[in-house]
Amino acid sequence: MSEVLVLVEQQDGVVKKVTGELLTLARSLGTPSAVWVGPGYGDAAAAALAEFGAATVYVAGDASFADHPVAPKSDVLAHLVSEKAPCAVLVASTADGKEAAGRLAVRTNSGVITDAVAVSADLIATQSVFGGSTVVHSQVTSGTPIFTVRPNSVAPEAATGAAVRVDVTVALSASTTKAKVIGRTAAVKGGRPELAEAAIVVSGGRGVGSAEGFGVIEGLADALHAAVGASRAATDAGWYPHQYQVGQTGKTVSPQLYIANGISGAIQHRAGMQTSKTIVVVNKDPEAPIFELADYAVVGDLFQVVPQLTEEISKRA
Amino acid sequence: MKIAVCVKQVPDTWAEKQLKASDSTLDRESADGVMNELDEYAVEEALRLVEASGGDVTIVTMGPERAAETVRKALSMGADSGVHLVDAGFHGSDALATSYALAEVIKDRGFDLVIFGSESTDARMSVVPAMVAERLGVAQLTFAQKVEVSGSDVTIERVTESGFDTVTATTPVVLSVVEKINEPRYPSFKGIMAAKKKPVETLSIADAGLDAAKLGASAAWSSVVDFAARPPKAAGVVTTDEGDGGVKIAQFLADQKFI
Repeated sequence: MSEVLVLVEQQDGVVKKVTGELLTLARSLGTPSAVWVGPGYGDAAAAALAEFGAATVYVAGDASFADHPVAPKSDVLAHLVSEKAPCAVLVASTADGKEAAGRLAVRTNSGVITDAVAVSADLIATQSVFGGSTVVHSQVTSGTPIFTVRPNSVAPEAATGAAVRVDVTVALSASTTKAKVIGRTAAVKGGRPELAEAAIVVSGGRGVGSAEGFGVIEGLADALHAAVGASRAATDAGWYPHQYQVGQTGKTVSPQLYIANGISGAIQHRAGMQTSKTIVVVNKDPEAPIFELADYAVVGDLFQVVPQLTEEISKRA
Repeated sequence: MKIAVCVKQVPDTWAEKQLKASDSTLDRESADGVMNELDEYAVEEALRLVEASGGDVTIVTMGPERAAETVRKALSMGADSGVHLVDAGFHGSDALATSYALAEVIKDRGFDLVIFGSESTDARMSVVPAMVAERLGVAQLTFAQKVEVSGSDVTIERVTESGFDTVTATTPVVLSVVEKINEPRYPSFKGIMAAKKKPVETLSIADAGLDAAKLGASAAWSSVVDFAARPPKAAGVVTTDEGDGGVKIAQFLADQKFI
């Protein structure tokens, strides 16, 4: 079987969940090889990649690779595409992942499909576009097919792989080294999962009414070990930081469970969450379009319903 | 400082969008065309940089004839001139072809900065700025929530999953900016009147010296196999809160094994 390259998403040497999802998908397409770019590869990372079936791990571990944004990943992948002739390249559909895939496509004269939610054995990708209202099947017709795959689209399944380490040496291209990272600033993150990766997202919208009102949203999120999201109305009003906006001009999420509180469900918001597997809605207005998406919904005041739900979850925990 | 801002006309953000059955491309006629909202931040940032340290702003777009409206809007905000790539042969171009056309038009004009919005609200691929940087062989400073220019040094705060990275390069650079980097201005009446007299070059594929074989649907390196409207979701359970709404949701979550 031919090789499928999977670009590892990691932070400080810890492999992110989406990489297990991508390796699971890669196993249905060929033999998965993980690609590690930057310093920090160690036993924990190797174990995490072996757990999801990586046969090989290409390690481009030069510490300087972390000093430049995005492009080192494209340089390493381009090198491996030319050396190994894989049948496909899978990259997580994050901001960095999509840019790395885009540069790789230019570099290798290959087609790229972004935001896939599935890729079949014959390399046809499924995308959910226009806020999930349309399902598109696409294929790459030139070069090595490159897919970026949305987090939470594939259920990760463990399968032991050898994770044989192969060190690779790649010279960064001249343009890659032109942009230099000179500082990193971590946002304050009260221990919640990242929005894009979270299995559960609890969101608040106009109905939350104020920055203080988000306390009840955060309370429910913490009871469920969930990420907090916000609609554009809430971020525009300054009630919640902009980086948590879910929607057409914010992040797209596809969690197992999405709980929308006080959100009407304009296309702007639906575009960012419509593909969530299970959707729960709390809203005062029974006419709100968000109810059309709900698997379970309560017409009511979120300040009554949400704290009660949080308390009930704590009781059952 | 000579700045290019690449903008795209897209269907209104708030409109429902669909694909055309004939060629699987976006139906651009069924909704009003507006400047991609995220590009407004790019135009605003360019205007602010020029107001602070001098220079001029050129708007570059590729799109059908009516995309000229989007160029005019940017000019009415205060940009100086426009370049509009318009040709039937562009129709159906993928991101790779778009980045090729933009890079070719940009490369010989001596821009210090090329600024994009972080993504378009229709295709939402978010790859064209990186592709243009790759093609031009210049530094990529994308997803900026803050831009500082000092002489030929450009430093940005690049938004990441966990916060932001401070990234620096010397001109020329390709920038993309995220929403909330600034508050885009509305065109003034004076600006709208002035925009009518500002120069806009309209270039066909041949005018721009582009290779037609690399453009349009036939040159795309990916293609749509088929598409369909998502089947409507089976109606869920909707109940009205009678003092036990939270308990009911908890029961639903327990039944679904979330708790």
